[in-house]
Amino acid sequence: MEIILALGIGVLTASGVWLILRPRTFQVIIGLSLMSYAVNLFIYAMGRLRVDAPPVVGPGAADPTQFADPLPQALVLTAIVISFAMTALLLVILLTLRGLTDTDHVDGEEKAP
Amino acid sequence: MIAWTDHLIVAPVALPLGSGAMMLMLGERRQFAKGAISIVTTLLLLAVSLVLLQAASGIGAPSHATASARAYLIGDWPAPFGIVLVLDKLSALMLVLTAVLGVTTLVYGFARWNRAGPRFHTLLLFQLMGLNGAFLTGDLFNLFVFFEVVLAASYGLLLHGSGTNRVRIGLHYVAINVATSLLFLIGVSLIYGVTGTLNMADLVARIAAVRPADLALLQSGAAILGLAFLVKAGMWPLGFWLPTAYSAATPPVAALFVILSKVGIYALLRTSLLFFGDEAGAAFHFADDALLWGGMATIAFGTIGVLSSQTLSRLAGFCILISSGTLLATVGTGDVKVLSGALFYLASSTLGISAFYLLIELVERGESERGSAPLTEPVFDDEYTGAIEPEEESEVGVVIPATIAILGGGFVFCSLLLAGLPPLSGFIAKFAILDGLIGLQRITAPTTWILIALIILSGVATLIAMTRAGIDLLWTPGEGAQPDLRLIEAAPVGMLLALCLGLMIFAGPVLTYMEQTARALHDRGAYRSAVTSAPRGNSPGVSR
Repeated sequence: MEIILALGIGVLTASGVWLILRPRTFQVIIGLSLMSYAVNLFIYAMGRLRVDAPPVVGPGAADPTQFADPLPQALVLTAIVISFAMTALLLVILLTLRGLTDTDHVDGEEKAP
Repeated sequence: MIAWTDHLIVAPVALPLGSGAMMLMLGERRQFAKGAISIVTTLLLLAVSLVLLQAASGIGAPSHATASARAYLIGDWPAPFGIVLVLDKLSALMLVLTAVLGVTTLVYGFARWNRAGPRFHTLLLFQLMGLNGAFLTGDLFNLFVFFEVVLAASYGLLLHGSGTNRVRIGLHYVAINVATSLLFLIGVSLIYGVTGTLNMADLVARIAAVRPADLALLQSGAAILGLAFLVKAGMWPLGFWLPTAYSAATPPVAALFVILSKVGIYALLRTSLLFFGDEAGAAFHFADDALLWGGMATIAFGTIGVLSSQTLSRLAGFCILISSGTLLATVGTGDVKVLSGALFYLASSTLGISAFYLLIELVERGESERGSAPLTEPVFDDEYTGAIEPEEESEVGVVIPATIAILGGGFVFCSLLLAGLPPLSGFIAKFAILDGLIGLQRITAPTTWILIALIILSGVATLIAMTRAGIDLLWTPGEGAQPDLRLIEAAPVGMLLALCLGLMIFAGPVLTYMEQTARALHDRGAYRSAVTSAPRGNSPGVSR
């Protein structure tokens, strides 16, 4: 499980970094989204990986080792919400720039190939 | 039992949040109501932050010398589990600076910029809320959340006024900052993975007890976190975006953004001094050298940039870089005396550069408006941009005679302040830093002398660049009429410059305060005990 998660984080980050270095605005946004997925998985992994362990302690539960760490899950939730909002904002700016400059180049101007 | 005054700590966050949210319910055309609400809110913020500054400095308190950090438990959860707000001398100082900039930029914005786009007041208040929260919070993840609030509001403010250039720069700015936030998250989660806590006070103890096997992981976490702060602070080579982004913003927004770069400095100061003190072991001083050399590279870059700037707003942007570089390098020396000078410099340069940004637009207005390019372009349907009409300019407002004299005086004042020439506060600040540096024992001599040379050279370069620009703008007779200067625009600049003058006149007491602040920053034990033994509301008289 560890190797799968590590590979997933690595592949997502690598793809994201490659995409944000591209010259098209849409690729930049997708790249940032992929990187934020990778970061969310990473935060989750920092709370130690556990299978079938609930993060919420119910009544009568005595042994905390039977439960997953709830804090990273709360952090991931916050990070997801924030990155959603930022992606939406970035999308609006992208569309505005597209409307103002008639190109989807990140610099707003197309250089001749 | 918690007295009502203790609840004031939460006011710098709650007040602008409430007013900003309330304003969203008013229609976009009710500018008067919005303006009234926001000016009342910012003035209240200023009052609250002054009260908090007084409380933090211990003036008037029965135990004058022992005034230390105070923690406020949100939701009354005890410290390592719940979110805490911590008020100490440094955060109180930053709160006052934020509130002052909030008032001046808002008053300046009343002249016309608040009508250059939708929801100016709301965005400004949310920006203040995020800044205040970032300065007050005592929890790393909460710091991230407040950083995001600051950034979200700053995206809106940068795009305020719209126009192709702003949108293009805005896209870069947002993309860079979103990527930086991801770095922030990686750093925070690495630190959490190693230590199991995110509360800064709790981290002080946990980091000292980290197993040697985990040290490398913790250090990489701290370094990645520091990278995120350094992008905000604009350290070379991470600060390449800063002058461009700030020169694209409208003047009041740029003037407020001056404190954004100080948020990065503040976070670095707070975390590096709290986490990596002397007890934490020699392995942790790796950050000091990076800050020292990075800061010096930033000063050099800013100096070259200042000399090569063609426009005044880019010049101001590079002044921010010089100021950041000086602060980073002085933080890197890790000395109390140098740090107290640096804090004085922080206050002086923030106010000075902010005044300069406001002044630039007034000076350049005569040049720029002759081209009569449209100031703003509407993007969305609900934007109300009709308020800015050319004929309105000449009708409304008091036209001050001898405009050029006032502008010129302000310009000379700003130049002296930013270049650090006597007798103004910029000089006192740099003198205090240099005095501390010369008395320094710990770092090797060549580095100290290079830093001293760089600080002096950057001042000379600023002076040369400002003189050149001043001759160009003020002495060369323009072909049109004098630019109009309205009282409402001149007053904020005057207020900021008067504050700098005040810093100069009361340099003694201010420096004493800064020195206490620098000492308190090194006193990790007091910070920790203030947070962990914070009084809880529901258990009167019982401290945990």
